[in-house]
Amino acid sequence: MSVGKIFKFHDDLDTDQIIASQYLLLPSIDEMKAHAFESLDPEFPEKVKAGDYVVGGENFGCGSSREQAPGVLKALGVQAVVAKSFARIFYRNAINIGLPVIVCKELPDQVETGDEMELSLAEGTAAAGGRTYPCTKLPPYMQEILSQGGLMASLNREEA
Amino acid sequence: MGMTIAEKIIARAAGVAEVKAGDIHTVTLDRMMSNDGTTHLTVDMYHNQLKNPRIADPKRMVFIVDHNVPADNPKTAASQKKMRDFAREHGIDFWEGKGVCHQIMMEHYVCPGELIFGADSHTCTYGALGAFGTGVGCTDLLYAMVTGTSWVLVPETVKFNLTGRLPEGVYPRDLMLTIIGEIGAGGVSYQVMEFCGDGAGTLSVNDRMVLCNLAVEAGAKTAVFQADQIALDWLAARGRKPAAVFESDEDAVYVREYTFDLSRIRPAAARPDYVDDVVPAKEVCGVRIDEAFLGSCNNGRIEELRVGASILKGRRVADHVRFLVVPASQEVYLQAMEEGLIQIFMESGAIVMNPNCSVCWGSCQGVIGEDEVLISTGTRNFKGRAGHPSSKVYLGSAATVAASAVKGEICTADML
Repeated sequence: MSVGKIFKFHDDLDTDQIIASQYLLLPSIDEMKAHAFESLDPEFPEKVKAGDYVVGGENFGCGSSREQAPGVLKALGVQAVVAKSFARIFYRNAINIGLPVIVCKELPDQVETGDEMELSLAEGTAAAGGRTYPCTKLPPYMQEILSQGGLMASLNREEA
Repeated sequence: MGMTIAEKIIARAAGVAEVKAGDIHTVTLDRMMSNDGTTHLTVDMYHNQLKNPRIADPKRMVFIVDHNVPADNPKTAASQKKMRDFAREHGIDFWEGKGVCHQIMMEHYVCPGELIFGADSHTCTYGALGAFGTGVGCTDLLYAMVTGTSWVLVPETVKFNLTGRLPEGVYPRDLMLTIIGEIGAGGVSYQVMEFCGDGAGTLSVNDRMVLCNLAVEAGAKTAVFQADQIALDWLAARGRKPAAVFESDEDAVYVREYTFDLSRIRPAAARPDYVDDVVPAKEVCGVRIDEAFLGSCNNGRIEELRVGASILKGRRVADHVRFLVVPASQEVYLQAMEEGLIQIFMESGAIVMNPNCSVCWGSCQGVIGEDEVLISTGTRNFKGRAGHPSSKVYLGSAATVAASAVKGEICTADML
């Protein structure tokens, strides 16, 4: 994956912060994405560029099952989310829509918003600030879904 | 090797004799529930992303409009119309304004032994009846709707041994907040909370729903009680039969065990902005509130309305407080009317609303403004969860919420 800028968030970052309830019933993810991280950084949707990364701490994406959360990140061009650990529904949702979610225990404490990072899914590493950090590889079952571009693409392929 | 209740439910759904934690299995789902939080997106994906759009079995599907009902603006109305039209076209059971989705599911569908996906994180509520309910996103829900199946990673099970009995004036919500405070927001990530022990036998199905419902706030995939006689009697009274009644084997594998003595639990509160920031309710007494909320899939049933009404009877809601009372379903609402509870609430100055998710999810009637403070029986107190990002939410029991509404600041019922 290409080099991108990091946007870093705290431990136990819940999906309400990624996209607040009041926007979930808008007609499409495209209409919702302008409100991503509104409670924490209202300018995030303008600042984030295609290919950037979101970095979190422990239990990233906890709370609501709203798939709009990984959905708006992907729609804004976020290339992957790297965190020390993920809440299970967010993790599964992200894979299902084809957004890589990578567990990396060390990197989050060593980087700040604005730093640059490069991720290698094949090698299972993340590089930032001149250091390379090991990441946990996805279970093969989930890797397969991700490599096909998500669960619907995978289903369509099964039925091809 | 022995299996836990959760493992037995997955084995049944996978059509295999045995499963163990860490295995991945393809399972046939007994039921799939989706609400207006995401169904408009599911319907769009159904039409736009599938090569072969179809529904495996509409009889296993339930659509429920509960999050923003009645609609509060034209875009919401359009999203709900999309859902309503789809349900009618495909013969899917459809509920609107009749109650919060998990309450409807418990009143009308969930049976012991079933494996249920719901496009809502609090689907773990169904463990109160010995079912395995778990929250998923709308893509998982769509896959399940199309194929009738999905995949699950068999989770590890954590045993919560409950002993003793809750003291007078202490409620299952105090117990669950205490547990979450102790184990943390990621305390049982990806795992199952199995509640058992003598203390479990003192809890009603409602009480068990309160516990299971909040399991996701500790990261759990689900929570489960054994479907004992209490559960089976509750089910029989509603004319339903179990799919299967499982109990954990004596040599079942638990990854960890905790013991909680119910007699030692005291009124608890979660402070903003984290559900696991739990303290004795006494520690937050005196915080001035603008709004109080009694309702939600966690705490809006007849049992909690009775507690609230017993405190409000003969008292007035403080002048500066908006007290929202939201029965979790029309069935609960009607029962509360029959018992005179609605009269008590309205005479005390409360605002009694139609069954819906209300301010618990912060996107319909009742949201709070800049820097306002809410005390709530809802599920979450995340930053901005109930409205403006600077507003604050405290979580407490129905008794604590009702007492606070009267006093105008957080207090426990014994302080009135």
